[in-house]
Amino acid sequence: MTKKTKIKDLTDEEFLHYGSLSCAGCGAILAFRHVLKALGENTIVINSTGCMAVVMQMAVPKIPYFHVLFENGPAVMSGVEQALDILGKRDDANLLVVAGDGGTADIGMGSLSGAVERGHDFIYLCYDNESYMNTGGQRSGTTPFGAATSTTPVGSVIKGENRPMEMRKDVPEIMIAHNTPYVATASIGYPLDLIDKVKKAATIRGPSYIHVFSSCPAGWRSEPKDSVKLAKLAVQTGFIVLFEHEDGKRTFQHLPKKRKPVKDYLELQGRFQHLLEDRETIEKMEEFVEKRLEWIQR
Amino acid sequence: MTEEFFTGNRAAAEAAKLSRTQVVAAYPITPQTSAVEYISQFINNGEMKANMIRVESEHSAMSACVGASLAGARTFTASSSQGLQLMSEVLYFASGMRVPTVMGIANRTLSMPVNIWADHQDSMVNRDSGWIQFYCANAQEVLDNIIQAYKICENEKVLLPAMVCYDGFIISHVAERMDVLTQEQADMFLPEPNGSNRPLLDPKEPLQFGEVVYPDWYPDFEYKKHKALLESRETILEVAREYNELFDRSYGLVENYLTEDADIVFMGLGSLTSTTHWVVNELREKREKVGVLKLRVYRPFPDKEVIETCRNAKVVAIIDRDIGYGTTGMLYPDVTRALYPLDERPKCLNFIVGLGGKDVTPETIMNIYKISERALKGEEVDTVNWPDARIYD
Ligand SMILES: Cc1ncc(C[n+]2csc(CCOP(=O)(O)OP(=O)(O)O)c2C)c(N)n1
Ligand code: SF4
Ligand SMILES: [Mg+2]
Repeated sequence: MTKKTKIKDLTDEEFLHYGSLSCAGCGAILAFRHVLKALGENTIVINSTGCMAVVMQMAVPKIPYFHVLFENGPAVMSGVEQALDILGKRDDANLLVVAGDGGTADIGMGSLSGAVERGHDFIYLCYDNESYMNTGGQRSGTTPFGAATSTTPVGSVIKGENRPMEMRKDVPEIMIAHNTPYVATASIGYPLDLIDKVKKAATIRGPSYIHVFSSCPAGWRSEPKDSVKLAKLAVQTGFIVLFEHEDGKRTFQHLPKKRKPVKDYLELQGRFQHLLEDRETIEKMEEFVEKRLEWIQR
Repeated sequence: MTEEFFTGNRAAAEAAKLSRTQVVAAYPITPQTSAVEYISQFINNGEMKANMIRVESEHSAMSACVGASLAGARTFTASSSQGLQLMSEVLYFASGMRVPTVMGIANRTLSMPVNIWADHQDSMVNRDSGWIQFYCANAQEVLDNIIQAYKICENEKVLLPAMVCYDGFIISHVAERMDVLTQEQADMFLPEPNGSNRPLLDPKEPLQFGEVVYPDWYPDFEYKKHKALLESRETILEVAREYNELFDRSYGLVENYLTEDADIVFMGLGSLTSTTHWVVNELREKREKVGVLKLRVYRPFPDKEVIETCRNAKVVAIIDRDIGYGTTGMLYPDVTRALYPLDERPKCLNFIVGLGGKDVTPETIMNIYKISERALKGEEVDTVNWPDARIYD
């Protein structure tokens, strides 16, 4: 990473208008605010359906903004980019697609994969709140093991999301497998790191993919005041690993020197409450996190 | 004008080129495929200055056309059958965003059972998606309709997308003699692409698109879209007049052939109307008073013209190359609705023919005539008839 952004470097200018309709403590809207600050007003935003598209109404008056369908953000952007290219205006603006984990990992996977494989020049930002929040908090392909959602409730027999821990859909790795020129993960707990990554993405020719871990008090049944704390804890416990992947190399940011126990992260969220007394599962989670940290730094 | 021997798919590709389309996004499907292959060749040979997006699905093809339109480009795609169905969600998205994109459709039925041949099921089930729909009877019409469609769709009174439908294989793959405009002629008719008469995605003039509209305002938006489509008929006629003046080929919303004094009027869409023409000629030789009304434009529905043609007929034989399962063919209710206000209505019969590419032969049309003639004589006949299907009772 070239130049690290400092707080004093941040512009005071806001591109996200006051009064967006998000919940208090929404991590995704925070990500969006920082991303727009990083890119500035010379940006065209394509937003797939999800929480952001609903809360964003009329909230970005300085930026051309298009809320599209749930699964077609990258395809719409392919058209925008190719049109600007033929009209000789390709370098005039940053092109940003914003979508949730559902719009990215699930229903929009084909559209994203296609647009990236074709090499269009755009930034894709996935804000991952680990569920379909706009429709009230159903399970998605990125919902972690054990999490209770409205379609993976804690029942008397099955308790929460129960697919094998390691099977959670890992979109950044899928994007790396596409040879995407720039892939990064970020967390709203580390906004300067996010901003650096977005700025970096804006300099890349071709597609770049940024996956932002975004806390969601409504879905995770956590306190709004804990949103930033949770976004840090996810990194400090090793649940989320922040990295950049470029030219076949991966560099890490905010890698915990001494990993915190996963329980610190789980206990602040209603969606994991049923696991807290389940020693065996928590131990398995610790093992899983360790193994994944090892694997990713291989 | 040059004389050529082109298939319908080639004509569609030539029309996209002559229209100076700037972004093409398409996904292959039989029988549309060669249209997209021709365009790829034009672009790769430098004969056409456009960007081709080889998308990963039809859903993305239409999505990319919408994105490119809103960024200011003139756009084209083509599809058929399953592809059109996969695109269906995006068809409404396109008309709701009021983008003037044009799509060629090489008509093919919908699976299952699997069948790759022509009927109108694919475009008919999407007839209410807010698009203008043209139906072609030959490759010449494919070319002429696509070029005219851009001029119609981009008119700021319209700003809606259009489908130009032509029967799979029967038109898409059969080479016919046709007259092709030169680029200079096309340029004379169709102005250079220019998005300045519609809202665009532009950082210099930031606008918000695709916002939520709450119930209190929703009907207003829907009414405006509906009205624009209804009123596009005037623009369609205006553009047809200009085209005729320049190139001496006349188009309307419908085409009447010997209907003036006809007791029996056959009515239909697409290539089967040419076969019907031929049968009408045969029957006229025997002094039978028959004629044919071909619908060139199916949406907006040409109520006025249909009433005009049918009001003095005794029997109207409405030929559907599609079926609305559980009811009638899909053209039939449109026609009967249009004729209902008349004090004296002709008898309206429905004929379901040519499904899944079954040849609509002169014999088929003759069978339609025979049933219609019985009705003309006052005999009881079924309202909905399947003259070319084996009926197992
Ligand atoms: C084709 C289609 N299927 C389903 C929906 C309903 N839907 C809208 S948003 C959404 C979930 C969005 O989840 P995600 O992408 O994670 O974004 P979030 O709401 O969490 O911000 C669903 C299921 C839709 N709009 N379109
Ligand atoms: S539900 Fe979650 S993601 Fe959606 S607005 Fe509320 S906090 Fe943000
Ligand atoms: Mg989500």
